[in-house]
This record gives sequence, C-alpha cells and structure tokens, in this order.
Amino acid sequence: MTARVSDDQIRDLAGVLLATRPDELTCDEWLDRIGAYAEATAAGRPVPPNSELLEHHLAICPECREEFDALVAALKAG
Amino acid sequence: MTEKSDEQWCELLAARDGPAITDLRAALCRGLATALAGRADASAAEDFAQEATLRVLDRLDSFRGDSRFLTWAQAVAVRVAFSELRKARYRDVSLDALAAARALPEPAAPNAPDPGAALDRATVFGTLRHLIETELTDKQRAVMRAELDGVPQAVIAERLGTNRNALYKLGHDARMKLKTGLEAAGFSADVVRSVLAGASGS
Repeated sequence: MTARVSDDQIRDLAGVLLATRPDELTCDEWLDRIGAYAEATAAGRPVPPNSELLEHHLAICPECREEFDALVAALKAG
Repeated sequence: MTEKSDEQWCELLAARDGPAITDLRAALCRGLATALAGRADASAAEDFAQEATLRVLDRLDSFRGDSRFLTWAQAVAVRVAFSELRKARYRDVSLDALAAARALPEPAAPNAPDPGAALDRATVFGTLRHLIETELTDKQRAVMRAELDGVPQAVIAERLGTNRNALYKLGHDARMKLKTGLEAAGFSADVVRSVLAGASGS
C-alpha cells in the first residue's frame, strides 16, 4: 500500500499525536476499569477520582467512546 | 432471576453454575437490546448475548470489583456486540481496496490567506508524511493507514490475525514514534497546535 495519505488524514493524525501520551490505557485495560465511571455517568453522579486516563482513552479512541455511550444507555434503562 | 451479590456472581460463574450462567445471559441480553437499539434487531442481541456470556466466563479474572459485576459484564458484552457489528460491516471490503480508493487524485489545496501559514502547514504535514514512511514498520504503517481510512480496530485486527489490544499497543508505539520524530524535527506541540488552528480555518 503506497497510496498517499491525504491532507485531511494528516491533519487528523497530527491532532491525535497532540493528545498522544506514553501512559495510555489499551482498549482492554480501559474496558476493565470503565465500570464505575459508567455507573456514575449513568446515575448523574460525579465520576470517581483519578479517572484521567479513562477520559483520555475516551477522547482518543472513537470505538471505545461508541461502546461507552451504548453501555451508559443500557445502564440507564436497567 | 434471584438477586446475587458480586461475590456470588463470581463464585457461581467460576464454578460454571448452570442457573447462574442462564441468569447472566438473560441480563446481558436485556442490556444489549438497549445498547444496540437502532443498530441491530432484537434477535442479534440474543446471539451476541450468547457469545458475550462465554467471553465473560473466559475473563472472570479480569473483574476488578470497582463496579457492580453486571456492569463490568455488560461492558464486555457491548464490546463483543459492537466488534461483531463492525466486522460484519466490513466483511466484503478489503483493506487494499480502501487504500486504492484513497489513491485517487486529491483536490488542489485552497489558496491560503497567509502564505507563511500555508508554508508552515506544508512543512509539518510533509515531515509527518516522511516520518510515516521512514520511522514506522511496515505493519505499523499499514495499521495507521487503515485507521486513517476509518477502518475499525476489530476489523484490522481480524485481517492481521491479532487482537484489538495488541493492535492498540502497535498503534500507540507508532504514534509515539511520530510524536517524538516531529519534536526532533523542531515541531513542538505548540507549533503543531498553531498549524492545526490555521489549517482548520483555511
């Protein structure tokens, strides 16, 4: 695959690089830690302290963001 | 379904207790019906709940106890269902076809009001393109391009014979290389931020 990356894609990538940090959670690490944060969000309570890495992953991983929104919807309905 | 404490859930499921497994599957199915609303039909929730139940049983040791057990299990179920839906959406699409689509001629860049800003942007973007070609491994480059094309991680992982967690680590290593490379080339975060602010306004 030698196709050129478009300007729009390079701009998006540069934005992601600005948010990139050495200590990010992987998707599985995030999954195993998101429960209490999701419960608080669904209940409208303050999120647990020390949630910075969870929120960073939510900001940088659109797939986990989509799953989080669906999980919160399920918790609210339950 | 009888109410269970988190400890009871863990003990019963670790012992592969049949009624507890049935209760878990029913709870996951109810949650998925809401989580998947507008994305899949009700029968899909039942199918995904079956697969999710097996995944939860496999991953019981990963439950940390900082949320309700069923919340954690539901998060696992949502991961299973959304991954399968994403894979289904891309079942007939090859990554090479996506790359070929991207190879179509790009539109000419609009005239920037500030030639200096356009030069900065071209330099940063050019450096980033160069770093992608020179600093990343072939696998990192292929993953990064697929991600930039919007291909879900579950799909890329499946095509490459790996899993989403390993793929995230690979992508993270690649991003760290590019970030470090940009800084080494003299483009600090402030410079990149400034260029992006200008790019979004052009």
